[in-house]
Amino acid sequence: MSLGQRVSTDHQLARLLQIGVVLEEVVEARAYRHLESLAADEREELGDEIVHLLEHAAEESEEHRERLEGLVEELDADTVAYEEIERLVEAQYGQTSPDDFDGVLYDALCNEETAYKFYDDLIEAVEASDADYAVDRDRLLDTLKSIRAEEEEGVEEVTEIMERRE
Amino acid sequence: MNTGDQYLKAIYLAQRLEDGPAATGTLADMLDVSPASVNEMIGKLEERGMADHEKYKGVTLTDEGIAQAEDALQTYCIIERFLANVLEVEDFRGEARALESVIDDTVAERLDTIIDRREECPDCFDAGEDKCEYLEPVVESAD
Repeated sequence: MSLGQRVSTDHQLARLLQIGVVLEEVVEARAYRHLESLAADEREELGDEIVHLLEHAAEESEEHRERLEGLVEELDADTVAYEEIERLVEAQYGQTSPDDFDGVLYDALCNEETAYKFYDDLIEAVEASDADYAVDRDRLLDTLKSIRAEEEEGVEEVTEIMERRE
Repeated sequence: MNTGDQYLKAIYLAQRLEDGPAATGTLADMLDVSPASVNEMIGKLEERGMADHEKYKGVTLTDEGIAQAEDALQTYCIIERFLANVLEVEDFRGEARALESVIDDTVAERLDTIIDRREECPDCFDAGEDKCEYLEPVVESAD
């Protein structure tokens, strides 16, 4: 069992990036699933702001995973297809779906916070290692840091909406 | 998962395997660290009220230690299931051990939204097999 928090091989880096891709796919699929689960009158009540937030979260996640997929490919590894994660999200949605609008917002906040924490830990683990990866270290860190910054903005955006609704 | 939680999980599993207090040698083997490191961490866990250490017998978790070890084992089970069934990794045990220190609990909770885990988790974790007894890997090990 490794007790160190560092990414020491290409294989381990690829695995963590694959996990990042799946996290983004989960965000995307759950956001669309939340939107689909709302009846038209509920969507009206929920307001344009929150519908826009969910749509934006899904689009941003798609863009993030495409950037991560590029890195995974360079490490000679595969990623799990979006359709597969969409199917798994769908299969478990009954047990994990939020109960109400505030639950949807809370779920969106968890998504952004979790993604932020994931990239933050990954950046730290890459920086703690002096391994020579098959991908350019600077480009890897730049990509991860720019995605982390967008997740941080996402946390702020959801928090603001939640505060306004209180 | 932090280092303290990794130790709690190892003690919990060693107690199950040995049906009694966990020997420090067993823990050192499980965690691939020196006996001195094990003793140092056990001291910290004792100070936090998570474990009791009796010389020549071994370590026993307190109720608080058991509760936290069970949470850590659930997180570990999520990582193993995710690797075995979503990423279809053959050596899901080895990779889970390598990744558990880098995967935060909140990340594991999100991954849990796509994983079919039993309500009785972690009681169904087989300490000898180092996996949930209901986990059926997509890619079976060759040996």
